[in-house]
Amino acid sequence: MPIINIDNIPYEVKEGKNLLEACLSLGLNLPYFCWHPALGSVGACRQCAVKIFKDQEDTRGKLMMACMEPVRDGMRLSVNDSDAVAFRGHVIGWLMTNHPHDCAVCDEGGSCHLQDMTVMTGHAYRDYHFSKRTYRNQQLGPFINHEMNRCIQCYRCVRFYKDFAGGKDLDVFAAHNHVYFGRQQDGTLESEFSGNLVEVCPTGVFTDKTLKQHYTRKWDLTTAPSICQGCGLGCNIIAGERYGSLRQITNRYNGAVNGYFLCDRGRYGYEFVNSKDRIREPLVVHSPDDKANGLPVLQHVRNRMKPGKVIGIGSPRASVESNYVLKELVGADNFYIGIGETEHELVRLMLKLLQEGPVRSASMQEAAAADAVVILGEDLTNTAPMMALSVRQAIRRMPVEHAISSIHMPAWQDAAVREAVQDDKGLLFILNVVETKLDELATGVYHTAPDNIARIAFAVSHLLDGTLPEVTGMSEEGKQAAATIAAALRGAKRPLVIAGYGGGSEQVIRAAANLAWALKQQGADAMLSFTVPECNSMGLEMLGGHRLESAVDAVLNGSAETVLVLENDLYRRLDLHTANQFFNHCREVIVLDHLHNPTTERANIVLPAGTFAEADGTLVNNEGRAQRFLQVFHPQGAIQESWRWLLQLADLCGHTSLRSLLHYDDLLKAIAAQYPVFTSIDTITPPADFRIAGQKIPREPHRYSGRTAMQANVNVSEPKPAEDADTALSFTMEGYRGEPPSSVIPFFWAPGWNSVQSVNKYQVETGGSLHGGNPGKRLLEPNVNGQTKFYTNIPDPFIPVGGHLLLVPLYHIFGSEELSIHTPGIAQRMPAPYIMLHSEDAHRFQVAAGHLLYFMDNGHQYALPVVINDTLQKGAAGIPVGLPHMQVAEAPQLVKI
Amino acid sequence: MFSLLRSMWLVFLHMFHKRDTYQYPEQKAPLPARWRGRIALTRDPDGDERCVGCYLCAAACPVDCISLQATEDEHGRRYPEFFRINFSRCIFCGFCEEACPTYAIQLLPDFEMAEYDRQNLVYEKHDLLIPSQGKYPGYNYYKIAGLAIKNKDKGEAEQEEPPVDIKSLLP
Repeated sequence: MPIINIDNIPYEVKEGKNLLEACLSLGLNLPYFCWHPALGSVGACRQCAVKIFKDQEDTRGKLMMACMEPVRDGMRLSVNDSDAVAFRGHVIGWLMTNHPHDCAVCDEGGSCHLQDMTVMTGHAYRDYHFSKRTYRNQQLGPFINHEMNRCIQCYRCVRFYKDFAGGKDLDVFAAHNHVYFGRQQDGTLESEFSGNLVEVCPTGVFTDKTLKQHYTRKWDLTTAPSICQGCGLGCNIIAGERYGSLRQITNRYNGAVNGYFLCDRGRYGYEFVNSKDRIREPLVVHSPDDKANGLPVLQHVRNRMKPGKVIGIGSPRASVESNYVLKELVGADNFYIGIGETEHELVRLMLKLLQEGPVRSASMQEAAAADAVVILGEDLTNTAPMMALSVRQAIRRMPVEHAISSIHMPAWQDAAVREAVQDDKGLLFILNVVETKLDELATGVYHTAPDNIARIAFAVSHLLDGTLPEVTGMSEEGKQAAATIAAALRGAKRPLVIAGYGGGSEQVIRAAANLAWALKQQGADAMLSFTVPECNSMGLEMLGGHRLESAVDAVLNGSAETVLVLENDLYRRLDLHTANQFFNHCREVIVLDHLHNPTTERANIVLPAGTFAEADGTLVNNEGRAQRFLQVFHPQGAIQESWRWLLQLADLCGHTSLRSLLHYDDLLKAIAAQYPVFTSIDTITPPADFRIAGQKIPREPHRYSGRTAMQANVNVSEPKPAEDADTALSFTMEGYRGEPPSSVIPFFWAPGWNSVQSVNKYQVETGGSLHGGNPGKRLLEPNVNGQTKFYTNIPDPFIPVGGHLLLVPLYHIFGSEELSIHTPGIAQRMPAPYIMLHSEDAHRFQVAAGHLLYFMDNGHQYALPVVINDTLQKGAAGIPVGLPHMQVAEAPQLVKI
Repeated sequence: MFSLLRSMWLVFLHMFHKRDTYQYPEQKAPLPARWRGRIALTRDPDGDERCVGCYLCAAACPVDCISLQATEDEHGRRYPEFFRINFSRCIFCGFCEEACPTYAIQLLPDFEMAEYDRQNLVYEKHDLLIPSQGKYPGYNYYKIAGLAIKNKDKGEAEQEEPPVDIKSLLP
């Protein structure tokens, strides 16, 4: 490891880094703007100047940009040299000449990198007294607010948006000192990752528009480490509350999961927590002659539960804890997994393949390091958006590795490397039923039916490993596709195979596993990644339970009378007819949920359950990583965690094993003891009695304001602050001020670093893991010693049937997820229901775009407007999944038109 | 002995001095303009609220007795949706006035705020807002800040050039 002398102090630093990274990793304060750990260096802002000396005798030295200089052994530099300090002060003075006088009304204020850096360089007074340049702003849609006057031309926004995230509609316009960062004309930013501009922009040009509706400074937020509930990837987030409502979601760096970024569904899908449809008090339906009023609600619940006649329905969007308590309360025999048949089979298969197979499930960080990617039957951008971003990085990175060896440049030299790479892309093969957003990056794209996708993957496996069965009757196109993919994969060292719930086909998942296993057997360090539909699909499957269909049977045949539904809208799981029938036959329906939905309308008792912001819980993501979300604030009304409601109920019913669980930690220990797969679940976060220097970890920063006034309109005597008996965090600003353990970091802040860039003070090295390791515990490890049982059953090819169409599910980042659609911005971006057809099929059924197409499913008639897309497989019809008012038609299935 | 007599003489002379005691409340003491008394929210020369809801006063307050919520009108002008000061906690340190970037919050030479009921010491925005510019006449934050509001478009603030025509390539 090279040793560099900074201000005459020798430091050991990592090879291959630049000086800026080295200085920041060492904890030194060196201002910067255009550099970003995920984006690399371009040397555009001239802010990170340091003085570099030739040798020990050199006293004059020369000013150089730290971000552009690689670390060399024995080099001498000075950060605090007076010339360097003066230079940096002048640079920021120039950057500020046109900066408007509007910090007071700027949403970035208080978490602004420009403010921090200005203070850091000591540029305290304006010495430019001439007129300022101004710009007009653009309307950039429901998520991003644009205030172009504040721009300091660091180019980070376009480098993130275009180069990193592959967006097309944000760019830099005009010339010389008039450059303008925006769209060609007003309009919604198309990228699914546009929200990251808010964090990438060092000043307030791009700010969070949803935060603006209920604006709060960073220092006034009560925050807690949380996990995104938007999809199955489990990105780490920080959720902030003020005055009893959730205000903002920001990224919580986790080097193994989401890194520095989030998708827009995760960042903006939080407002359902503040929805007017929230259930805040328990609701009990009484018959007119019922005299039970006045009883505590749980007494009502208990009165309506008859031994042996109660079943529980779990949920993939409820925590492991809540599902566990419900399972224990009703008994394992009476616990049903609250997901549809297809989804259940798919996730069960994925879990089995990851547990029993020899290939490791890839984290998003590992996915970004792959050197060949095959996506089978998934529209990643819509089913697991951040995974799509990881794949983009993998594709971007592969040619960089070739380029840097020929041009002898380090990979962080962003501009030079991009110039060398030009349009080269890594190996990516996409097999999907219809076009996807990642197609533009792919080496090969094949649009075909799920069964054909599986066949091609089986054929590739055969080509890689001759002992695997050959696929017979392949089309010429299919053969060629398989040959291309196999040839490309042969040379790969870290190939990644991605499949998942998006294709809705078990065959595709088996084929994906087969392919990954075959690659592993060829000696490659193959990785496998399955996307799962919801935030805790994997955790629920690990816990196990009966199929939802058997719950319906149990109620219909009278063996169950009372149903306890945990955070689940069964109208999204069952078709309308079956769900109605199910509820008509239930004597009592008891529902725990956050929002009113069709299921709560059928309930006799509704208990208000806490969302991720009002509850503690554990989720298992698609990788098999168990991660904890901690309560952000103490909710109004009777809202509490589902597991707490159920534990109280168990206590009232005199349940033997659950009665002894008094605290959250007891519950975790019980789960860990009972389920071998969850053994490490109680060690994800420190226990509730964890203290640093005798103190808890505060959820509020030390500048938190208004404690003695915010409740004074109700009562001038301040109430006692809420206490958190479940975790090591406190709801107040009192507590340990230093760095907490990585799994319970409520906010990123360091002296002089108020913005999100302060995360570099929490990392082992810039862009590396957090101190003490990235949070979360992997529960799934591959079975490397066993014999791999390859799948040999190859599905028949898909042949369109006259008069029929194969319904295939199409997912939408904005619209397919149940809770986020209660957010106005997300609802605005949601598509209207439709059915997608190939133009030949449309011709066959004599419909055109916009016409209504009628079809029958299970005796129900559906009518949907037609959308034409010629990339769709002929004979298939795509229908969007999960949109409100879109009745469930189980997909994939063959329907008669 | 001499010092004793001298002291008595000085005390005797004080009988002919002007009285320092004010017969409060009949007689009011003249308070200097910079007296740190009752806190008020002032208005700009156009009669609009000066407060833009930046939260700096709340952050500066050592006893955390200020709470507010910023909001925006349809033209993008920020103002506080509510603004509350709990005077039963206030220590009249004036940090809020010092922190205020818009001269909105000002401490006035008035201290007569006693109440029998502590709850009445909680002042809301309508209690705090006065129809005056207070100690800093003529200052209008939005005339300087770059944000566009009603009747003041981009480029119309002090020392601002008209908005850039981004389609122009002229030097």
